[in-house]
Amino acid sequence: MSVSQKSNWELLKNGMFGENTIFRMAISLCPSIAVTNGMKNGVALGVSVVFVQTMVNVTVSLIRSFIHPKIRIPIFMLVIAGYVTIIDMLMATYARAVYKEIGLYIQIIVAFASIFARAEVFASKNRLLPSAIDGFGMGVGFLLAMIVISFFRELLGKGELWGYSFVSGNPLLIMILPAGGFLAVGLLMGFFNWIDMRFFGGKGASGV
Amino acid sequence: MAEAKTHELVVSVSPHIRGKETVGRIMWTVNLSLLPAFIMSVYYFGPRAVYVTGLCIVASVLFEHAFQVSLKKKTTIGDGSAFLTGLLLGLNLPASSPFFIPIIGSFIAIVITKLLFGGLGYNIFNPALIGRAFLLISFPKLLTTWTEPTAKFIDMDAKTTATPLGILKEEGLVRLMEVFGSKTELYKSLFMGSTAGSLGETSAIALLIGAALLLARGYITWHIPVSYVATVGALAWVFGGEGLFTGDPLIHILSGSLILGAFFMATDYVSGPTVRKGQLIYGIGCGAITMLIRLKGGFPEGVMFAILLMNCFAPLIDRAVKPDLFGAVKEQKK
Repeated sequence: MSVSQKSNWELLKNGMFGENTIFRMAISLCPSIAVTNGMKNGVALGVSVVFVQTMVNVTVSLIRSFIHPKIRIPIFMLVIAGYVTIIDMLMATYARAVYKEIGLYIQIIVAFASIFARAEVFASKNRLLPSAIDGFGMGVGFLLAMIVISFFRELLGKGELWGYSFVSGNPLLIMILPAGGFLAVGLLMGFFNWIDMRFFGGKGASGV
Repeated sequence: MAEAKTHELVVSVSPHIRGKETVGRIMWTVNLSLLPAFIMSVYYFGPRAVYVTGLCIVASVLFEHAFQVSLKKKTTIGDGSAFLTGLLLGLNLPASSPFFIPIIGSFIAIVITKLLFGGLGYNIFNPALIGRAFLLISFPKLLTTWTEPTAKFIDMDAKTTATPLGILKEEGLVRLMEVFGSKTELYKSLFMGSTAGSLGETSAIALLIGAALLLARGYITWHIPVSYVATVGALAWVFGGEGLFTGDPLIHILSGSLILGAFFMATDYVSGPTVRKGQLIYGIGCGAITMLIRLKGGFPEGVMFAILLMNCFAPLIDRAVKPDLFGAVKEQKK
């Protein structure tokens, strides 16, 4: 078993920036386009992912020595599905309005590549605390990405922020349609690559 | 030293004899060939035509210059391609467009569609058409508010009306005949350009004069425009009427932005196929999608989306019809 040598702060930073789910790994893009037409929806899904990702990492890390390697994938799947059901029911009860719009995507969290990947490559090989921090960092990275994307899409597409009307005039309707989602994700990904290359000496997501 | 130079052996790569054609020369000629259409748009729509088209051109050129200067690259506004993009975008907008429409459209066309993909020659889509598609989806109401052509060079009291294709789609052929009187009157209006529509698309005669210049200079070949227009005509004849084979091909050929699209935008070197056989397939595909949208789709006009969709297929078409290399042996089938 390989144990992570990184400090806790490095783990957190890695999930939020270095291996950001959307902008660096380019996985779980489906929800980033589907639910980011408003900040409320984007944040709701992001918070759900933070919860599921952290709890899955904690659980998998706790039971890692009991999982037979041959059946680890179904086990991960069961754990993830369990937590997604919890968040699904919680949202259905306490956040009815948001749930009506993004309920389907809450259930789709089960199939998120990022959650699965962290359980497989990190939580099943590391102790409890690093796993929890890694899951939390990854989740927050996803949440930040959702906030940034939905900020621009809601502002440009509706002229609103968090449901409050902000600017009057003609909004760019395309930005809240799926085409605008691709546009926003692509441009932001390019922008963050540029920041990485310009200020941190990185190679950008494509330069691996 | 001067004597030594004459004995130098000059070794250079081919081509050893250079033609006079450059990107700039071709682009400025295309700009020139759109002049008749622009004049007709000014004639019918008045100062608004100059305002909208001029704003598009200025914004396009400025965006290209600013982007390239800010990245410390050589500016390419001299080759006329940004000017052409602005001109085509302007001719594709309605006369009543408010000032922010040309500016946003030019930004999308130049910066997002062309320069972010690497500049002229690397863009996979026609920049002017992406600019317009973005605007149409963003501002569906403003982009489909057509003013009536007055031919009086006045700006005020411009009445809004529907395009011939819009009337055909919403109210049918009978109503279209009522508006224009007779079929010959309708053809005449469509041919001269005294119908509502985007600035540069209405006048078939002006566009054909420009297209004739391009064809005579050999800058475009007949393959794409002819296969495009013929497909539209054939499909209009077969499916355009009440029953099969009763449609009126001329209405569909002359109205909308078909002539503008087929001769000036589908023939874009960068976003279309280069092999002749491929160009025929490309034209037929454009025509089929155009008629599919016009007859069955939600929009009255489909030229823009047809060309953009076929832009996606251009590399695949080129690959499928790639001619055999000279002297190459065909692989034996086993």
